[in-house]
Amino acid sequence: MDNTILRTTALQAFYQLDLYGKSKVVKAVNEVDLAIQADEIYGIAGESGCGKSTLLKALVAAVEPPLRVVGGKVTYRIDGKEVDVSTLSPEQKRALRLSYIAYVPQGSMSVLNPVARIRDTYRDFIESHLGRQRHQEAFALAQDHLTDLGLPLKILDAYPHQLSGGMRQRVTIALATLLKPRILIGDEPTTALDVVVQRGVVQLLKEVQARLKNTIVLVTHDMGVHANIADRIGIMYAGRIVEEAATEKIFGAPAHPYTQYLISSLPKFGDKTPRESVPGSPPSLANLPGGCPFHPRCPHVQTRCKEKMPGFTQIEKNHRVACWLVGEGEHGQAA
Amino acid sequence: MDKLLEVENLTKVFALGSVLSKLRITAVDNVSFFIKPAEIFALAGESGCGKSTTARIILGFEHATAGTITHSGKKEAKNERVWFTEGIQAIFQDPFGTFNPLRPVERYFFETLRNYKLASSPAEAVRRIDAKLHAVGLSYEDLAGKYPSEFSGGQLQRISIARALLTDPQLIVADEPVSMVDASLRMSIVNLFKKLRDELGVSVLYITHDLATAYYVCDRIAIMFRGDIVEMGTVEEVLMNPRHPYTQLLRASIPEADTTHRWQGEIRLADTEQDEYLRQGCRFAGRCPHAMEICRSTPPPTVQVEGVQVRCYLYSEPFS
Repeated sequence: MDNTILRTTALQAFYQLDLYGKSKVVKAVNEVDLAIQADEIYGIAGESGCGKSTLLKALVAAVEPPLRVVGGKVTYRIDGKEVDVSTLSPEQKRALRLSYIAYVPQGSMSVLNPVARIRDTYRDFIESHLGRQRHQEAFALAQDHLTDLGLPLKILDAYPHQLSGGMRQRVTIALATLLKPRILIGDEPTTALDVVVQRGVVQLLKEVQARLKNTIVLVTHDMGVHANIADRIGIMYAGRIVEEAATEKIFGAPAHPYTQYLISSLPKFGDKTPRESVPGSPPSLANLPGGCPFHPRCPHVQTRCKEKMPGFTQIEKNHRVACWLVGEGEHGQAA
Repeated sequence: MDKLLEVENLTKVFALGSVLSKLRITAVDNVSFFIKPAEIFALAGESGCGKSTTARIILGFEHATAGTITHSGKKEAKNERVWFTEGIQAIFQDPFGTFNPLRPVERYFFETLRNYKLASSPAEAVRRIDAKLHAVGLSYEDLAGKYPSEFSGGQLQRISIARALLTDPQLIVADEPVSMVDASLRMSIVNLFKKLRDELGVSVLYITHDLATAYYVCDRIAIMFRGDIVEMGTVEEVLMNPRHPYTQLLRASIPEADTTHRWQGEIRLADTEQDEYLRQGCRFAGRCPHAMEICRSTPPPTVQVEGVQVRCYLYSEPFS
C-alpha cells in the first residue's frame, strides 16, 4: 500500500519580483518531486540559498507573494484521501496547522513572545486551536505534554530570556507537537545551538517521532545531524533535488558529484588528510546556468551537461540521481 | 620555548542586574595559555564558555578585570594599541555583518593602510592590497568598486582574511570564522589558515565550537567550560583521547557524518547557564557522571597528565 503522506509533483515555486519595471524571477524550487512516507524522518540537505526554506514554505502551504507556486502541486493525505493544498481555504489551512502539520522554525529567540511567560504562550496556542478552555485545563494539558517530553515543569513560569537557547528550542518543539501533528517540519532547528544542546534537541525530536509515529521533514545543512537522525535524505542544489537515497547510501555510496564533494569535504576525527571544498560558488537562483545547474563547478562536466538538465536515474531501489554520468535519466522528471 | 602571545591569569567579571541586586558572573576565570609562532591554537567550547570574551580582551575590545597579556615579550600597555593591533588582527564570525553593505569593500583595505601608515602612494597601496588578496586566492580586480552584496559568504570571509593580512600580523584572532559559511565552502577557509601558517608563519587563535574542523587544522587546543580551561594539549591527545568528563561529553556529542557512529544513550542538559556559572566547586559537577562530594564544594586543581593539562579531581593525587 502506498504510504505517502506528503507529496509534491513537479513543484515549481518562484519569487516573482517587479522592481521599478524590471521583472526578476528567482527560481527557488524547481520541479521537485517528493514522496514523503508516513512514520519516517526525511532529511533535506543543501547549502544556503539552494531553496530549502522556500520548499518548506510550499510544504506547509505558507506561500505568500512575491512567492508563487508556478507549477505542480503539494498534496497531503488526510484520512486516506489526497488533498491538494492549493484548493484549501485559509480557514481550512489554519485548522490543519499544528493539528496536522506543524513547523519548527530556526530562531527560537524570535518565536517566543519575550514579554509572556511560557505558560501564557501555551495557553494562547491551546485556546486558539481547541477553543476556550478553563485555564486549569489548558495548564494541565501543557503540564502533561512537558512531562511526556521530559522537560522540567518549572519552565512554564519562566520568561524566554530566563531559559538557555537549547531549552527555548526544546520549548518550541514541545509547542509544535502539542496537538500531535502527523507531519512535523523543522527548518534548521539545531543550527544555532551548541553541540551538546544540539544533541539534546535531536534526542527530543527522535523521541517525539517514536512516540507519535509521525513524519519529520528536517532541513539542515549539517550533514552530521542528518547522519544521526534521518532515514532518507534528499540533496538539494539550486532549487532542485539532485540525489535521493537512504541515509546509509548517501554517506556510503554518493553518486552525484555534488554529494560526493559534500561528503568528502567533511572533516573526520582521526583523519587529517587534506580535504577540499566544492570549487566555485553556488549560483544565483535568479540567474541559473543552463542545463545542469552544477555544471560550472563540476569536475566531470561534459557538453550535454551545459545543454540539458538530466532526469532521474534509478541506480538502485530507492536511490535516484539526476546526473548524466550516472545514466540517461529515463526515470522521469528531474525533481 | 618561544611564545608569541602569552595570556596569564586572565579574569573577567561581568556584573548583571540592577545596582541593588548585583549578580557577578565570572565569564573568564583565571585563564592562562600561550601561542607559539606559526601555530594554530584552538579555543573551543560551547556558547557562554568565555572563549569569545577571551578573544575580545586580547583584541582590546574589553578590559580584563585581572591578568596580563604579553605579546612578543612585551606587556600590553594602553597607549600602545597601534603597535599591538598591528601584530594582532581579527576576523569575525559573520562575514555579512563585518562589512557595511553601503560601502565598497576596497575602502576597508585603503582605510587599514592609512590607519597604520603602510603605503606612501595609491599605486603602492593597490600593489600591497593585490598581493594580500592573491594570498587568499583573489585579486584586486575581483574587488575593485564592488559592494559586499556582490560576494558570497565564503568570498567575504576570504576578503576579511586578506584585510587582516595587510599589516603583516604575527597572529590572527579568528572568532568562529567558518560557522556562518556553507559546509561546502568551509574547508576552503580552513585550508587557508593552514596555508598562512605554513607559508607565511602566521599564528592563528582559532575560536570555535566545531571540534571537527579544530581537529583538522589545529596544533593545540584548549577546551573551555563556563570560564575555565578544563583541558589543554595537542589536538591528537585532547580530541582522540579526552580525559576531562566535559571534553568526553563534548566529543561524544559531535554529530559525525558517518551512519555507523550514531549517538548512543541519552544526555542531560543544563537548564540555565547561570546556575553553572555560580556553582561553588567544579562547574561541571551538576552534569558530571563521576561527580564526587569534593567536586561540589572546592574547585579542582589543574594537573598534568601525559603532557595534557586537565582540571579535574579524577586525575589529582588522592582520588585517581
